[in-house]
Amino acid sequence: MAMTSEEMSNDPVAVETLPPTLRLRNISKVFGATKALDNVSLDVLPGEVHGLLGTNGSGKSTLIKVLAGYHSPEPGGTLEFNSDNVKLPLRPEDFRRLGMSFVHQDLGLVPSLTVLENLRIAEIALAKGGLINWKHEKAAAKTILERYDVNIEIWRRVDELSAVNRALLAIVRAFEDVRRRSEETGKPGLVLLDEPTPFLPRESVNQLFDLVRRIAEQGSSAIFISHDIDEVMEFTDKVTVLRDGRVSGQAETKTATHDDMVELIIGRRLEKTTTTKTASTAKRTVLAKFSDISSKTVKARPFEIGKGEIIGMTGLIGSGYEQLPYLMFGAQRADAGTVQIEGQSPIVLSGLTPKAALEHQFALLPGDRLEKSGVGSISIFENMLLPGITDYSARGFLNNAAMKKEARRLGAQFEVRPNNPEAPLGSLSGGNAQKVLIAKWMKRNPKLLLLDEPTQGVDVGTRDNIFKALRAAAQQGMSIVCASSDAEQLEAVCDRVLIFARGRIIDELTGARLTKDEIMQACYGSLSKLTETDRSQEVIES
Amino acid sequence: MTKSTETAGATTSYLRIFERFALIVVWALLILFFSVLMPSSFFNWGNFAILFASYAPAALLALAIIVPLTAGDYDLAVGATLTLSSCLVGVLNVWMGLPIVLCIVIALSAGAAVGLFHALFIIYFRIPSLVVTLGTTSLMTGIVQWMTNSSTIGGIDNSLIMAVVGGRIFGIPYSFYYAIAAVLVLWYVFEFTPLGRRLLFVGRGREVARLNGVSVDKMRVGALVSSGVIASAAGVLYAGTLGSADPYSGLNYLLPAFAAAFLGSTTILPGRFNALGTLVAVYFLGTGITGLTMLGIPLWVTNVFNGGALIAAVTISQLTRGREATDIG
Ligand SMILES: Nc1ncnc2c1ncn2[C@@H]1O[C@H](COP(=O)(O)OP(=O)(O)OP(=O)(O)O)[C@@H](O)[C@H]1O
Ligand SMILES: [Mg+2]
Repeated sequence: MAMTSEEMSNDPVAVETLPPTLRLRNISKVFGATKALDNVSLDVLPGEVHGLLGTNGSGKSTLIKVLAGYHSPEPGGTLEFNSDNVKLPLRPEDFRRLGMSFVHQDLGLVPSLTVLENLRIAEIALAKGGLINWKHEKAAAKTILERYDVNIEIWRRVDELSAVNRALLAIVRAFEDVRRRSEETGKPGLVLLDEPTPFLPRESVNQLFDLVRRIAEQGSSAIFISHDIDEVMEFTDKVTVLRDGRVSGQAETKTATHDDMVELIIGRRLEKTTTTKTASTAKRTVLAKFSDISSKTVKARPFEIGKGEIIGMTGLIGSGYEQLPYLMFGAQRADAGTVQIEGQSPIVLSGLTPKAALEHQFALLPGDRLEKSGVGSISIFENMLLPGITDYSARGFLNNAAMKKEARRLGAQFEVRPNNPEAPLGSLSGGNAQKVLIAKWMKRNPKLLLLDEPTQGVDVGTRDNIFKALRAAAQQGMSIVCASSDAEQLEAVCDRVLIFARGRIIDELTGARLTKDEIMQACYGSLSKLTETDRSQEVIES
Repeated sequence: MTKSTETAGATTSYLRIFERFALIVVWALLILFFSVLMPSSFFNWGNFAILFASYAPAALLALAIIVPLTAGDYDLAVGATLTLSSCLVGVLNVWMGLPIVLCIVIALSAGAAVGLFHALFIIYFRIPSLVVTLGTTSLMTGIVQWMTNSSTIGGIDNSLIMAVVGGRIFGIPYSFYYAIAAVLVLWYVFEFTPLGRRLLFVGRGREVARLNGVSVDKMRVGALVSSGVIASAAGVLYAGTLGSADPYSGLNYLLPAFAAAFLGSTTILPGRFNALGTLVAVYFLGTGITGLTMLGIPLWVTNVFNGGALIAAVTISQLTRGREATDIG
């Protein structure tokens, strides 16, 4: 059962005995002409897991950043934490003292520092007498990682970690902070998770949910932001929905259905996408054949990609599927392997550069938005049109006006909001930035589009539209590779899904077998499916 | 995590326009200030003509700095490159009797060689650019002292002097117009060519640039070599302005040139190193120093002014850039 905010206030059930851990009233935040938050009020009870939902750009991250003391809200709002009045704007060090901790959408780690330094950053910064006891810090960091059952080398620099491990590190740090803080003060804390799951494989998501449940049992609460309705249904007690910076509705999770949630978020129901999947592989002409791609962790048997085919790649964490787009594009150097494009002579992958790949009309959308996909401090239109920028040069002069016009058109087509091409990419919400980056490559109309988690951070409505755009492009002959841990997405868009385990392709799903459940099963069953020869080979290799 | 300052929207676009021209306004106020204090000696065209011409080498030097800076590398060695180039012209022309044109060609090639040497260590051996160019500054200074026996070499071919300060347009010696020409070329490259945009991405996000098909290493080498060549051109201009080669004074330009590069990034196109802004900043600083000197303020004030200007300029440019949100959240 879902209801609007007005209905809520008259609801007798809303009268609670326990005072809320977090009590926000009338929080607003304006960016230039955008009202990112408009009189938002929110209560989070002790032990409650509270979902914060809303379309891209609805203000979720902004609210979190106000609580982190990163943005100053407009005057007039109030904040109570454990019934204490807290002065706004918060100073950046306040949240720690209060017992809040964060996993930001961009994770908030320092990439050039080690895992150890990131984990213990506060203790190291506040070291007594200015001396850092590295031996102690090292032991402490190891204990923490063990406590959360996470296996990461503490001397690694964060920018060398995989996206999954980076997310895990940020999560561990946040939970450890809250655990320690509420142990010290005896008061409940609050963890705020801004889309922590898009990078995470299913088993880590479960691990995360366990962590949240454990602290919730001890009376602490969590705010959880996600575009994945199933996760939200599974795991929250209550949800608040934002639209255009305003609270547009609330619901008790127990009594709401999946469709209720979607309707609360986008204001309409989504009809089930009936994608038209065309001819089977046999009937297609082959665009490219990749043979024996191998790297330190990948050893893939040859596979072909048909023209107009969408191939999914998936597997368990560390199974290597997530590296394939990068190896196929020359973004990451392969040890061996070749690609043969449209029957031409094979190209050696270890010598392939991104530049050459682009010349063969390949394109890659990396999963790492911040480090690899776009530059936040540069305008949207320049980010969008960088790859084909020479097309906008006439008689020796770049035509900036034409570039902006084209960027505005693309922005409208891909529903980028606000659609202002001159604004820096970094001023967009996460999901809107992702739309810009998808638009950038779709516009190039490549022969082979390589995607790594393409809809991460994108809201349910837009996600559907991106699926449609991908299918439409495939109909026109574009071949697409989609590496993702999201089985639902793979079912919705792919003609064929390759399942990876230990760097090898162990299964291939098509036709009637291409369902969410089959994909999950294939992933989990993957280990037992490794044949004996595979196993013995691995022993020899290692 | 830094505190973010937000991007302006439509309502604050006037503020944006003001920001673009704020430095020019401040410059005008500075001129007004000195003119009121010294109505006859400061506020006359002859004084400005000299100011414009004498800061031409500094303007070139500041341009030499912004090219690699846009690509994300520091070149601290531009001051030493200027000195090396002007002393090469002196030694080759006066002591060894080589024709002046050949001397200039050799000096510019030496600048290119310096850039390649930097690129070798910065890009191939991955040594931080600050370290490499700090090292080569000392290296080149030493070589110049050896080459010139630490003495000033007078008597450089008159044709160079004529070409640099021998004639005037609107009362301003030629050398100023060489600097203007260089500004226009760089403005064009940065603002109106795909090359300029790629360079910007190389500086702000190396991996993003690489995955978008930009040859990151080539661009960085190109930027460092350009920097060396432009700094040597500044050296040739300097030799022509003085009529002699001085092994010491070139380094004095380094600090104001760096200050101008950063200050320039707060104006005209705020948030980006840009040639026009750099030019404005050079002459803003030049006006300050000239005015103070004419007021008879002791020499140490110049150093304080230069150092203070550098720190202030970098701070302001950081604030301007910080406002353009750098995180995608
Ligand atoms: N630094 C900024 N400067 C200007 N506008 C901003 C800035 N940060 C956010 N905004 C704007 O504020 C609005 C809310 O953004 P926010 O990041 O809170 O959205 P969100 O709900 O987290 O979306 P997503 O699901 O895509 O992450 C958007 O319109 C965005 O463009
Ligand atoms: Mg967000």
